[in-house]
Amino acid sequence: MAEKVLMKGNEAIAEAAIRAGCRHYFGYPITPQTELAAYMAKRMPKIGGVFLQAESEVSAINMVYGVAGTGLRVMTSSSSPGVSLKQEGISYIAGADLPALIVNVQRGGPGLGGIQPSQSDYFQATKGGGHGDYHLIVLAPASVQEMADLTATAFDLADKYRMPTMILADGTMGQMMEPVVLPEPYEAKSEKPWAVTGTKCEREHNIINSLYLVPEELEKVNFARFEKYKTIEENEVMYEEYMMDDAEYCIVAFGIAARVSKNAINAARAKGIKVGLIRPITLWPFPKDVINKAADKVKAFISVELSMGQMIEDVKLAQECKKPVYLCNRAGGMIPEPEEIIAKLEELEGGND
Amino acid sequence: MISLNPKRVTLFAGHYGSGKTNIAVNYALALKDLGKNVVVADLDIVNPYFRTKDSAKELNEKGIEIISPEFANTNVDLPALPASVYGVVQNRLRHAVLDIGGDDRGAYALGRYAPYIMEENDFEMIFVANFLRPLTRTPEEAFEVMKEIEQAGHIPFTAIVNNSNLGKDTEPEDVEKTDILAKRLSELSGLPLLFTSAEENVAKQLTLNNVLPMKLQKKYFDII
Repeated sequence: MAEKVLMKGNEAIAEAAIRAGCRHYFGYPITPQTELAAYMAKRMPKIGGVFLQAESEVSAINMVYGVAGTGLRVMTSSSSPGVSLKQEGISYIAGADLPALIVNVQRGGPGLGGIQPSQSDYFQATKGGGHGDYHLIVLAPASVQEMADLTATAFDLADKYRMPTMILADGTMGQMMEPVVLPEPYEAKSEKPWAVTGTKCEREHNIINSLYLVPEELEKVNFARFEKYKTIEENEVMYEEYMMDDAEYCIVAFGIAARVSKNAINAARAKGIKVGLIRPITLWPFPKDVINKAADKVKAFISVELSMGQMIEDVKLAQECKKPVYLCNRAGGMIPEPEEIIAKLEELEGGND
Repeated sequence: MISLNPKRVTLFAGHYGSGKTNIAVNYALALKDLGKNVVVADLDIVNPYFRTKDSAKELNEKGIEIISPEFANTNVDLPALPASVYGVVQNRLRHAVLDIGGDDRGAYALGRYAPYIMEENDFEMIFVANFLRPLTRTPEEAFEVMKEIEQAGHIPFTAIVNNSNLGKDTEPEDVEKTDILAKRLSELSGLPLLFTSAEENVAKQLTLNNVLPMKLQKKYFDII
C-alpha cells in the first residue's frame, strides 16, 4: 500500500489532479482555496505542465474552455465569489459538451461574504449555475482522502459523459490537514474523436461551439443532453449510509456537515435516540431513491447544512414530502456543533411523546 | 531540549503546514517555565487560519503576550502586521518567539525586521521540517525550501527541528523513521538538529533523544 502523507484538502485535490493526468491549470487566487493554486504553481513547471494565474476568474475559465476543446484534462479552482464570476464560461463549456473540472472551496456569502467555510453555493452548483438548461456532475468530499479520490472520479466522469464536473468543497475541507494515501498516477484512456487536435488533412474539421442558428437544432441538442443526464441519474449516484439500519430519524448532510453529524449521531445513540445519516457524495445526481426508501421507515429527516437551507428542498422532493424535513443550520461561515444537532433530535423526540 | 540559556529571539519558519505555530506556542510555554519574560509574535501574513491567536487564552493565562495581525481570526483577510512587532525586535529585555508564515512567500514579511535581528545577533532561526508532507518528503526537497526561505526572509537558519507527523494518526514509528532524514538534512545544511517535537502522547513513546512534547492547539472539536 502506498504511504500516507499529511495534506491539506486543497493540496490533495491538486496532487490528485496531477496524478489523474491533468497538466493544465488556470486560476486566480482566493481564500480559502489558494493552497490549491500555490501547489500547482510549484509542481506544474517541474512536470512539464502549465500553471497560469490569469488576470481574472473570467479569463481562467475561458482558458479552461479552450484546453477542454483539445480533449486534454484541464481544471480551474476558486471559492464562492470567484466561482460566480466563472458561471458564463461554465455554461459555454456545458453548451459545447466539453469535459473539465471546476473546484469550488466555498466560503460565506452572499457578496464578498467572508473567508470562513460555507455550503451556500449548493443551489448554484446543483441547479445549473449559469444560464441555460444544463447540469454539472457535483461531487461533495467529506475528508481530505475524498478530496483526492473524488478528484480522479470527477475527471473520469467528465470524460465519460463529456461534460463539466464540479468538486463542491468548503473552507474546512480545503484547510483541514489529514493523512492521505494518494491515488496512483494513471493514464486516462478515453477516445475523444470530437477534440480539436488538427485534421492533418485526414478528417473533417471538429468544431467546438455552443451557438445554434436554428432553434429546432438547439432544441434537439438540449433534449439529447437531458437524455444523457437521465443516464447519469440512473448510473452515477453516490452516497454513504451511516447507522441507517434501525434509524427512526435520518440526517441528510454532506461535506463537513456530515462529519459533524456523525459525531452527533454517536452521541445521540448513546442517549438512546435511533438516528442515522445519508450522506450524498454526488449532489447532482442527488441520491433520491435511497432517501425516498428511507422515508418509509423514519419518522422525520433533518437536513444539516452550512447555509440557510438549500439541500433541504431536494430532501423534500426526493421523498415527495412523505415525512417532515427539519433544518439544522449555521450560516455566514459558522459550523453547527454536534450539540445543536442533538438538541434538534431531542426536540423531535419530545414532540413524539 | 530547550537550552537553559536560550537566545533572545527564536524564529520558527518552514514549509506550509509543517507545524510552526504549534511549536512556537509550545516553545513559548517552555521558555516561560524557565522563568523568562516571553512575547510571541505571529508574522504569518499568508494563511488567515490556524494562528497563534487560537492559543491566546492559554498563553495569556501564563502571562505570555501575543502580538498578532489585528484582523487574525476574523473575516478580513488583510495581510498587514501591527507596528508593535517592532517592539518585539527592538526591546531586548524580553525573550521573543516569532512564528513566520509558510514557505518563502510567508517569510517575505520577516525581511523588514531582519536588520534589527541581525544587528542584535542573539537569535536562533529554526527550520521546522515535516518529512510526511508531500513537498518535503526528502532531505533534499526540505533543503531547497530552506534556501528559498532564507532568500526571502534575509535571516540564515541556525538549527533544525524535526516535527514529522501525520496529524491525529501519528504513530511513534512514523516519527522515528524520519529521524534519519532529519539527520541527513542536518548534514546537508551543516546545522544542528535541535530537537524532535511530537504531540505529548506520541512523544512519551519515542526512543529519540531531545524530544519536545507538545499540547496541540485546537480550534474545533475532534471530528470522526
